[in-house]
Amino acid sequence: MAPANDKVLMKGNEALAEAAMRAGCRFFFGYPITPQTELAAYMAKHMPGRGGTYLQAESEVAAINMVYGASAAGARVMTSSSSPGISLKTEGISYMAGADLPGVIINVQRGGPGLGGIQPSQSDYWQATRALGHGDFQVVVLAPSTVQEMADLAYEAFDLADKYRTPVMILADGMLGQMMEPVVLPDERSLDSLPEKPWATVGHGHKRAHNVVNSLYLTAEELERLNIERYERYAAIERDEQRAESYLTDDADIVLVAFGGAARIARSAVNLARAEGIKAGLIRPVTLWPFPADAIEPVAERGARFLTVEMNMGQMVDDVRLAVNGRAPVAFYGRTGGVIPSPEEVLDQIRALDAEGGDAA
Amino acid sequence: MSEAMETVYERPHALLPVVTNYCPGCAHGIVNRLVAEVLDELDVEGRAIGVAPVGCSVMAYDFFGCDMIEAAHGRAPAVATAVKRVHPDGVVFAYQGDGDLASIGMAETVHAATRGENITVIFINNAIYGMTGGQMAPTSLPNQVTQTSPFGRNVDTDGYPIRVCELLSTLDGVAYLERVTVDSPKNVRKAKKAIKRAFQNQMDGLGYSLVEVASTCPTNWGMSPADAFAWMGENMLPYYPLGVYKDVVADGFASAAEAAAARSAACPIAHPENAEGECA
Repeated sequence: MAPANDKVLMKGNEALAEAAMRAGCRFFFGYPITPQTELAAYMAKHMPGRGGTYLQAESEVAAINMVYGASAAGARVMTSSSSPGISLKTEGISYMAGADLPGVIINVQRGGPGLGGIQPSQSDYWQATRALGHGDFQVVVLAPSTVQEMADLAYEAFDLADKYRTPVMILADGMLGQMMEPVVLPDERSLDSLPEKPWATVGHGHKRAHNVVNSLYLTAEELERLNIERYERYAAIERDEQRAESYLTDDADIVLVAFGGAARIARSAVNLARAEGIKAGLIRPVTLWPFPADAIEPVAERGARFLTVEMNMGQMVDDVRLAVNGRAPVAFYGRTGGVIPSPEEVLDQIRALDAEGGDAA
Repeated sequence: MSEAMETVYERPHALLPVVTNYCPGCAHGIVNRLVAEVLDELDVEGRAIGVAPVGCSVMAYDFFGCDMIEAAHGRAPAVATAVKRVHPDGVVFAYQGDGDLASIGMAETVHAATRGENITVIFINNAIYGMTGGQMAPTSLPNQVTQTSPFGRNVDTDGYPIRVCELLSTLDGVAYLERVTVDSPKNVRKAKKAIKRAFQNQMDGLGYSLVEVASTCPTNWGMSPADAFAWMGENMLPYYPLGVYKDVVADGFASAAEAAAARSAACPIAHPENAEGECA
């Protein structure tokens, strides 16, 4: 293992795993699936040396319910999967939300629906931000776009999860998971520095009343009250935790909105457009939920036109339109099924918007 | 006489003074109490963590005094696995019914058992889904009438009941399996002994232990409690015979792991310690 703060060359999946362990994660429950494979393999190799547990579960369903149990028992815990496996995990994620349990879930996305393909995709945006299970709840969703950010966000995800007592998803894709880039790893957290969890089921030792981790409330008014309280917490997350990177947006006439792997391509396209004299810029949401509407609203207010670029049939574009709220036109360009758009394809879209000039606005 | 009064019967400390949601005559109340008595006698309530299922005992988290977790339907073994991995010194038990354990949760049950998870599972088999109003269970008997087998369980189309202890007895991670019932004071005492053994095994690190309790459901069977126990004795016990289905200690081994090692003695890769010229 490299010393902290040294720059090392790592795969994105490995950076996620190493950073999670440095954040104090000592329990990992997973099930094999492409393209998250390296993450689980790295955990299997390195978790024992840290005194942690890597356990290959019998299914994604069992894995997420092990996450539920380890979290209830007070541990920092993680699981990882890819799109079809995440669908299976949604049962457990809903129960975690209902029981206010922290935990980190990685989705290294591949194409869908169904068995789909194994090439990179962003087609689980709606699932991640709208429907990671049944019931009234949200999950914090973080979208890295570099290997460095895979490490940084995995590290921070555990703090966010503990602070708000919520599951946190890292929505990556097969491109980010498989690519190698230099990364400066975060410091190893001392386990003594992790937050106290007085609610955890660890055995009461006859020193307090029994703790119960539960999501069942048969009285409608009580369940409503608890859901409202949870949404007050969500409101605080929406207020305090929105994150986005803005690139060349100050004078931009055309602002691209893209996250994760697609944002890398969009940024290249912005540079190509600038070289042609087209004032293009990029807003890259880092939090997908809460969606960084605060970064989009002022740009919409001054009349810039938007182009959302995604590796799907058009999902985040809904959130862009909600944030823009009719103040500016919002176009979409995407490739799906595991096809990765080229910067030149995106540049063509920018050129077309530029040729329309202010007409569309 | 008043000076010499002796308490001969009281609520176990590990059972909270609350009203349960169990129907009159249901075996859950008896078995809840037995588990609590065992937690008291082993003095482990303070480090016990229980996992409640989905089913009639879903609210067991409100009845047991130890720390409790409510699991998703069938997932109690997965939840208990993780809790035990986080707290190896904790005393972790799952309390499950037949639909939970042997239908929707069969994968979790089999794999927790084969991993040899050092947990205790209490399994209530009453051959029906009670909480949802009496549907056919994986353990409903041939020709048993339920809400979803209104003409009786047709084994040609519905298949056969699952004998859980017999099924699990083939797995190497299992230390102890016993099927008991609670239809008489004598059998209640035997059931308690089995439950205590299943907890003691965990504390001794022997491996996975499960006690199946052949039970009744007077409400959904449509019988009085006494008739229900009589029906159980006549119909369930021949299909689900009482007895010990695995006991590695009685077989002469110190643990499930040691018994498993003996069973795989002829397999070289399972026994690197026997390889010649190699360091252990």
